[in-house]
Amino acid sequence: MIQLEQVTKTYPKASRPSLDNVSVSIEKGEFVFFIGPSGSGKSTIIKMLLHEVAPNKGRVVVNGKDVTSMRSWKRPHFRRSIGCVFQDFRLLPNRTAYENVAFALEVIGKTKAVARRVVPEVLELVGLGGKEHRYPHELSGGEQQRVAVARAFVNRPLILLADEPTGNLDPDTSIEIMRLLDRINRTGTTVVMVTHDSNIVNQMRRRVVEIESGRIVRDQARGVYG
Amino acid sequence: MRVKYVLSEVLVGLWRNVTMTIAMIITMAVSLTMLGASGLMYRQVDDMKDLYYKNIQVSIFLKTDVTEEQREQMNAKLNADPLVSEVIYVDKAEAYKRFQEMFQDAPDLISAVKEDSLPPSFRIKLNNPEQYKIIYDQYKDTEGVDEIIDQSRLLDKVFNILTAIQNIALAAAIVMAVAALLLVANTIQVAAYSKRREVAVMKLVGASNWFIQAPFVLEAVVAGLIGSLLALVALIAAKYLLFDGSLKALEGLLSPVSWGDLLFVFPLMAGVGGLISAATAWTTLRFYLRV
Repeated sequence: MIQLEQVTKTYPKASRPSLDNVSVSIEKGEFVFFIGPSGSGKSTIIKMLLHEVAPNKGRVVVNGKDVTSMRSWKRPHFRRSIGCVFQDFRLLPNRTAYENVAFALEVIGKTKAVARRVVPEVLELVGLGGKEHRYPHELSGGEQQRVAVARAFVNRPLILLADEPTGNLDPDTSIEIMRLLDRINRTGTTVVMVTHDSNIVNQMRRRVVEIESGRIVRDQARGVYG
Repeated sequence: MRVKYVLSEVLVGLWRNVTMTIAMIITMAVSLTMLGASGLMYRQVDDMKDLYYKNIQVSIFLKTDVTEEQREQMNAKLNADPLVSEVIYVDKAEAYKRFQEMFQDAPDLISAVKEDSLPPSFRIKLNNPEQYKIIYDQYKDTEGVDEIIDQSRLLDKVFNILTAIQNIALAAAIVMAVAALLLVANTIQVAAYSKRREVAVMKLVGASNWFIQAPFVLEAVVAGLIGSLLALVALIAAKYLLFDGSLKALEGLLSPVSWGDLLFVFPLMAGVGGLISAATAWTTLRFYLRV
């Protein structure tokens, strides 16, 4: 599903590479944590999987497509198979929960009728049934992140990328979000999550890939934060 | 639904930054008016050249004491000249008659001039009015010739002035177009900034590039088209006020601006306005949104 083959990435003006000869292979349906201190290169991996950053060396393959050689005009279509959640939610403040999720469908050409059918379903799935018409500022942080997860998942992507999704949430709320991601993973969606929340990693007991200074120092099938 | 979405985004975008939109439309309108005026002038000058050069004459004035023999010789020579298409002889009496007609409003002037004092002349038409110089050199030293006057010399002066005005209008159009262009670029940047969250989400979920760009580009195109409509209104107003109004007296001199001419320049203005706006907006987005 996802392959990084000897990937090296050095940002311009940086003294050392963000990723240094990194190779990882992730199978369909896996749940993988990327952990490590700030600046270790975890987020660069997410950006590469989104075709936002290209490696200097090596190959990145996502969904059987070689992202390294992908032309930028193919990026929009490629991204439709990937859902994405961030620490800062990235919701549109002037749209309700329903509209935020529907927006993601409508801008890729789905009709309003499709949105009316699918959006309530996915909001129910993330546990926001009955709060469809609240605006982001009327929702708690955890609820906002649920809207973001609903938006990422509404298009039934093959891969869900989560960049520190619990970074802004308290421990209890974080665990609820993790349960949600776990449930999404059980539908067959590959989940890749970048975090430095040790609590969560230890509770989930999933595959852990630890990165330090751009190198993989650990890759464990049922790991803890360490 | 997508068309409806794009159109409503365009309207919202134009309204959100309405002062800038108005500034953009006004500059565009002024620029396009200048362009349209220049285009009209181009056609006018062409029409006028056709009209005038067809009727243009070279007048060879003879000395009042020219002999019959000299005159006959001259006549024969002119008729045989391959450069000349038509020769008309105006004798003293005919010249006086024309003089009387021309100055019928000034009887004092007519009474002051004796019938005998006006010179006879040959009025010749050339196959090609540009070849005046050859004729001039050929006949200026012929016995009995007093003066050779080429009307096209005078007309050239008039046309030089018209061409100069046309160039000024074109230069003004270009300067205003640059200003309009910068305003379009700025408006699009502001619009892109105010929609940066939406654009970020659209890029994230994989909206196609044209779908992200279309509202911005169309916003500029709509402003450009409104500008060209205003320019058309300005030209129609100019037609009424100038050509049908204060310049009416010059009707015989200036060929009239027809509705057809206006309809001919409108697509030019609308096309230039729309295309330049679209190209500017698109280029701005390339740099600003990097889509």
